[in-house]
Amino acid sequence: MALWLDVILVLLILTSLWLLGSSRLRACIQAVAFQGIMLGLIPLLCAWPDITVRLAAVAVLSMVVKAIVLPGMLRRAAREANVRYEVQPLIGFTTSLLLGIVLWGLAMHVSRQLPVTMLHVTPLLIPVAIFTIFCGFLLIVSRNTAVMQVIGYLALENGIYVFGWAFAIEDPLLVEMGVLLDVFVAVFVMGIMIYRLSREFDTIETDELDSLKE
Amino acid sequence: MLWLLVAVPAIAALLSFALPWNGLRRVLLVLSASVHVGLTVAVFVEPPEPVLDGWIALDAASLLFLAITSVLFFVTSLYTVGYLAQEKRPATLDPTEAVRFANYPEAVFTGCLLMFLAAMTLVLVSHHWGLMWVAVEATTLASAPLIYFHRHPRSLEATWKYLLICSVGIALALLGNFFLAVSAKACPGESLHLTIAGLEQHASQLNRDWLRAAFLLLLVGYGTKMGLAPMHTWLPDAHSEAPSMVSALLSGVLLNCAFLAVLRGHSLLVKAGEGQFSRDLLVLFGLLSMAFAAAFVIRQADYKRLLAYSSVEHMGILVLGVGIGGIAAFGSLLHAVNHSLTKAMLFLAAGNTLHRCHTKSTAEIRGLFRVLPVTAVLWIVGLLAITGSPPFGTFLSELVILKGMIDGGRIVVAVAYLLALAVVLIGMSAIVIAMVYGKPAAAESSAESNPEASDTSPEPAWSILPPLFLGLAVLFLGLCVPRELSDLLHEAARVLGAE
Repeated sequence: MALWLDVILVLLILTSLWLLGSSRLRACIQAVAFQGIMLGLIPLLCAWPDITVRLAAVAVLSMVVKAIVLPGMLRRAAREANVRYEVQPLIGFTTSLLLGIVLWGLAMHVSRQLPVTMLHVTPLLIPVAIFTIFCGFLLIVSRNTAVMQVIGYLALENGIYVFGWAFAIEDPLLVEMGVLLDVFVAVFVMGIMIYRLSREFDTIETDELDSLKE
Repeated sequence: MLWLLVAVPAIAALLSFALPWNGLRRVLLVLSASVHVGLTVAVFVEPPEPVLDGWIALDAASLLFLAITSVLFFVTSLYTVGYLAQEKRPATLDPTEAVRFANYPEAVFTGCLLMFLAAMTLVLVSHHWGLMWVAVEATTLASAPLIYFHRHPRSLEATWKYLLICSVGIALALLGNFFLAVSAKACPGESLHLTIAGLEQHASQLNRDWLRAAFLLLLVGYGTKMGLAPMHTWLPDAHSEAPSMVSALLSGVLLNCAFLAVLRGHSLLVKAGEGQFSRDLLVLFGLLSMAFAAAFVIRQADYKRLLAYSSVEHMGILVLGVGIGGIAAFGSLLHAVNHSLTKAMLFLAAGNTLHRCHTKSTAEIRGLFRVLPVTAVLWIVGLLAITGSPPFGTFLSELVILKGMIDGGRIVVAVAYLLALAVVLIGMSAIVIAMVYGKPAAAESSAESNPEASDTSPEPAWSILPPLFLGLAVLFLGLCVPRELSDLLHEAARVLGAE
């Protein structure tokens, strides 16, 4: 199963890079949905072959939420606000991709600092988690459309869950709380917010929201 | 007993969503605020047993912050009742920007206010890392609609910023909790379940590297919520756009809740023998916050933002005091009490000013004494108190923190601290004194165009008595610190391992 886990982790890296390099919102939403499915598989593979009902239920629930519900809401928000492309990001797509490679190096460096001998996980897991978090950060700060920022936030969360899932087998409560509440924040609230944003500004760009700048 | 503290405001919040009458809803708000004060007094007199396997408990630190929360919420609830009664409905025209905006329904506002109280109380009494995280999260959710009460485009901007920045912070804090769980894996034996007491008992066996990384994440995560620079960017917007009593609660209570979460992390590191690491970080963030605030206070054009930056400064002082340790940690906790009272008072005074003068611009308000005599006095008293002048409580607590620095031989830190305090003192005084005493340059012309601005009708009691009470409390704390409070502060500093 360790081999399959590695495959999933590599796929996560690739989708993160895809997020950094793509301007089409629909494609990005799909990529984040794909990450959601991969995430749901991680705890099942880690715990294989003794999967408890509780673990399976949480994994399936998270897949449903992260791969179907949230992307569906995001798609709807994007459609209603009539935004399809990230037109002028603060940091261009090529630069973002190059930065992504730098971030991968940084993630490797950070994960070397943390001892993993007592953890029974594949050595790729921690760098991939940190890399996904970094990519999420980069998306949040460098993209102008609110939808892309929410996608960035989801990527950030996904990175945290990659990490959380690896340890969920022993203390699942923490991750379960995270699943329930982060979902609540990231989407229901922001989704509603975006809905309002699109109505009151006639555009969904958070750049419009800068009258409070000093 | 502990259940009731959280349950009473939560149930009242649900009731408030359902009640069809505004009058009854306001009674409910004040009633549940008074019950909360009553319960706080009860748990102060007779400490309750922990419930839920020690996940919810009350130690001295919880009790200290609970008392601040309860009193401030009660005082602001009185102000809120008056505020809601005079608020124009349904849609108003923004006098300066010609934007139409309609307030949130009062049911949602009051409900969220009570939910906010319930969530903050839960942060204070939770003794489990996961539960505390959930509670901090809940405070963000409950307070977002409060900031957006006026449904003004600028409030929306502030709310969006608040949610986005704070949820990133909260996400990092969750990662910090995971790291804590990993560091606990090094412990032999049974699973620790991340209770605060459980982790502190086994503190010496936790894995050091993971623990340090966990603290860093918790500090950045909860520090975002607390308004530490450079993660403070949501704070001035949210505080300036929210209705004034909400700003008072955000500044006076919410920031303290996040401060307590940071303190719990610091306490764990001290017990694990990594105190030096967390102290250095706290001093760094403390000085950074003070420097940022000092830079933005000077020539600040908006008086609510001025107060917000002053909050950033004081949050910096709080973590700085804890980072210095010893007597400064005691001073820091005392300062938390003083700052909450003073800042809430100032925000309420700012609310009165905004309501009468219809502008937040510091340049346009002159001669406040003529228009709002009592509020003008409140501004002056508040200015003296917030800048730490004698004989107010803030002077005492800032002095104790300074003494801690000198005792600890941290001369460079002490010089930087005094410098930042001096800059803020000059910056704030220049603005506030001009607002209060300055000559109303265009008084005649503005009186013609805007008859309300020259309205000199007496100020209603609801708008002046709550801040007046807070001002007297700070003055009292400057003249004498009651034995009960000082015992509680020492006990809290001991529990948190900060002394």
